[in-house]
Amino acid sequence: MNRRLLWPAVVLALLLLLNLFFTPGFLSIEVKDGHFYGSLIDILRFGAPLVLVSLGMTLVIATGGIDLSVGSVVAISGALACLAISQGTGVLAAVALAVAVALVLGAFNGFLVAVIGIQPIVATLILMVAGRGLAQLITDGQIITVTDAGFKVIGGGYLFMLPFGILLALVVLAATVFLTRRLALGLLIESVGGNAEASRLAGLRSRGILITVYAFAALCAGIAGVMVASNVSSADGNNAGLWIELDAILAVVIGGTLLTGGRFSLGGTVLGALVIQTLTTTIYSIGVPPETTLLFKALVVAAVCLLQSAAFRARAFPRRERPVTQPVQDTTEVAR
Amino acid sequence: MTSAAPILQLTGIGKQFPGVTALDDVDLRVLPGEVHALMGENGAGKSTLIKVLTGVHPADSGTILLDGREVSFASPLEAQNAGISTVYQEVNLCPNLSVAENILLGREPRRFGRIQWKPMRRRAAERLAALDLDLDVTAPLSQYSLAIQQMVAIARALEVQARVLVLDEPTSSLDTGEVEQLFKVMRNLKDQGVAILFVSHFLDQVYEIADRMTILRNGRREGDYPTGELGQVELIAKMIGRDLAELERLEERPPARTTGTLLQADQLGRTGGIEPFSLTIREGEVVGLAGLLGSGRTEVARLLFGADHATGGSVTIDGTPVSLRTPQIAMTHKIAFCPEDRKADGLIPDLTVRENVVLALQARRGWTRPLPREQQAQLVDRYIKALKISPADPEQLVRNLSGGNQQKVLLARWLILEPRLLILDEPTRGIDVGAKAEIQRLVAELSDGGMAVLFISAELEEVLRLSHKVGVLRDRKLIAELPNDDTLTTEVLMQTIASGGRS
Repeated sequence: MNRRLLWPAVVLALLLLLNLFFTPGFLSIEVKDGHFYGSLIDILRFGAPLVLVSLGMTLVIATGGIDLSVGSVVAISGALACLAISQGTGVLAAVALAVAVALVLGAFNGFLVAVIGIQPIVATLILMVAGRGLAQLITDGQIITVTDAGFKVIGGGYLFMLPFGILLALVVLAATVFLTRRLALGLLIESVGGNAEASRLAGLRSRGILITVYAFAALCAGIAGVMVASNVSSADGNNAGLWIELDAILAVVIGGTLLTGGRFSLGGTVLGALVIQTLTTTIYSIGVPPETTLLFKALVVAAVCLLQSAAFRARAFPRRERPVTQPVQDTTEVAR
Repeated sequence: MTSAAPILQLTGIGKQFPGVTALDDVDLRVLPGEVHALMGENGAGKSTLIKVLTGVHPADSGTILLDGREVSFASPLEAQNAGISTVYQEVNLCPNLSVAENILLGREPRRFGRIQWKPMRRRAAERLAALDLDLDVTAPLSQYSLAIQQMVAIARALEVQARVLVLDEPTSSLDTGEVEQLFKVMRNLKDQGVAILFVSHFLDQVYEIADRMTILRNGRREGDYPTGELGQVELIAKMIGRDLAELERLEERPPARTTGTLLQADQLGRTGGIEPFSLTIREGEVVGLAGLLGSGRTEVARLLFGADHATGGSVTIDGTPVSLRTPQIAMTHKIAFCPEDRKADGLIPDLTVRENVVLALQARRGWTRPLPREQQAQLVDRYIKALKISPADPEQLVRNLSGGNQQKVLLARWLILEPRLLILDEPTRGIDVGAKAEIQRLVAELSDGGMAVLFISAELEEVLRLSHKVGVLRDRKLIAELPNDDTLTTEVLMQTIASGGRS
């Protein structure tokens, strides 16, 4: 296995074992009413929006940037879809509208970063703040409830015995892998993130790449927003996707992609998102008192991040057979 | 010259870095009240010596005497407290703080822990007055020109009663008037008995201000000389040296089989970078650029590749006017550029050899048209073999390669695009002799095959050996263009550099 994926995988396994200890039968999956059912399926289903948002975030972070606005985009896209449906638009058209608007918002982020030259954290902070307000404007400050059965499928329905959301996340994952690893987007992203000036002098159009990446991140967030709204059959401009950007950044980091940009790992990000979702589930299932859940989460995340650090591992678990790297040279013996 | 006791005396300084000897038995004597120039090409050890002196790096061997007492500094702060202050090339002050805050940062007059602004402003103004400067000390530093900022940095350095002031390339971003202002301040300090250690690449400036100079080459001391007793030609000869005998000689170069003019630059220039120059490059021709560091060699290359914007002049390729505004445009005209600083401007160290090699080609195709893996493997394999890149592993990270092999990876990236003009900025610097000879042979082969090469190097022998024609630069000006016939020698080149093309 890829060494970079080792530690998040170990942590995920440990979390699952911990759950098994508190909840016997935690890992069992049964078939009920013609579809799969069980805690693992739940983790995947509830984790699907986070996986989506994290995939987009991975590419942004790989360019050396960051996107704080994805949570707001989740809220906007959910609100738009619900508003359109409540006004009689068809489900497909409503979803297409929501996702298209998300794409435009992402291109706006990319424009601010790549063309205007605003630092990514500031540029996306604009939409993070303004976007929440926009979502509330769309819903008119209310929670829009929709009862369309077709819409309900996206976040709550089943296909091939599996929750539809899981399949949707898998499709987006496959598309992302295709774009970055089959096509050349991944190489160019890693190049820009690894050394922007050298990339420019190698003839890369980094502006286009940056705009594409921010648009893609918002597209993922838009799909996640539709999924979240569908799951609860309503749009809540205030709370939909709240703090999901921070969980997504965490997922990317746990997955082994550096915040400084360069190499990224989509597999690591998926693992990272699942670690976070499993952690959330664990907190409920082992009965951590509600007032300490955030603290508990923080402790686990800190532990994972420390495990990811080679410097920390070298200190915490010193190996005895460290090879001596350099033979002592004569000149250094003469010195002093 | 009075034979006063030196204020600063370094003896037998040695410093090793993994794989390199940066300093080897270097001596340096600086007298009180003199301006002492530290001279040498890039990599000669000037910066390392200054860092050892100011406590950034510990010395491996040797002693430092300050005012006759042995000292050893564990940090720049200790050195400063002992009276050795340093002003670096890039002004490292806080542009958004006021002039007064910058001068007294960390040493603000306080009472009960609170900063006393009035005495602070007064003290800052006094410091500046000592340098003959009258500034608004409450204004943010960023309001002032770089020259003034440089002097504020000096004022800050003098705040600690400096007896030795180290100026590391203080003039590299200043214009003529600003340099004069700085020199006035330096003379003023000199009269007050402060010893100044001055590093600069501008020969005229060194000859104008320095009393004596110490020359370093390849980490060794070439000697120290009163400025008046060493001519510019001898100085250049001592800086550049002639230790290239170990390089195998290339066979006699055939004359360029030039077919036609490829590129013609007419009064091309960039304000603050390079004065307008005109240059003709023909197909199959190797045009060498000679000149010391900072003479404008790199600026010429960057303008021709579109890495910088020209502020004037024009370029024609095959007789058609073109505007080389971006690297992409230059690439469509089949121009390739291997920059001087491989790590900062050339390679992506965290990507593999294969990824680095196909990068420019992939960038040209755009991300929607990936280069098929088999084709990538073929291309990379071919160039790993042709250029003898080692280790011959396309999936090795470039950061793990030696300098010479990194240079070859960069070359391979451009060669797969089959350029018509290849610009090489210091392609052989910092790489071992074997790789150097290989790269030189490659340049000769490429030009025999009809490719035009613009070859930039600090080593005059190398430029002479490869070029059909040599452009000489000095002080950001192209001062001469010499055909490389039998009469052109390194002496003639040095003579040309030294005379500034006036002879």
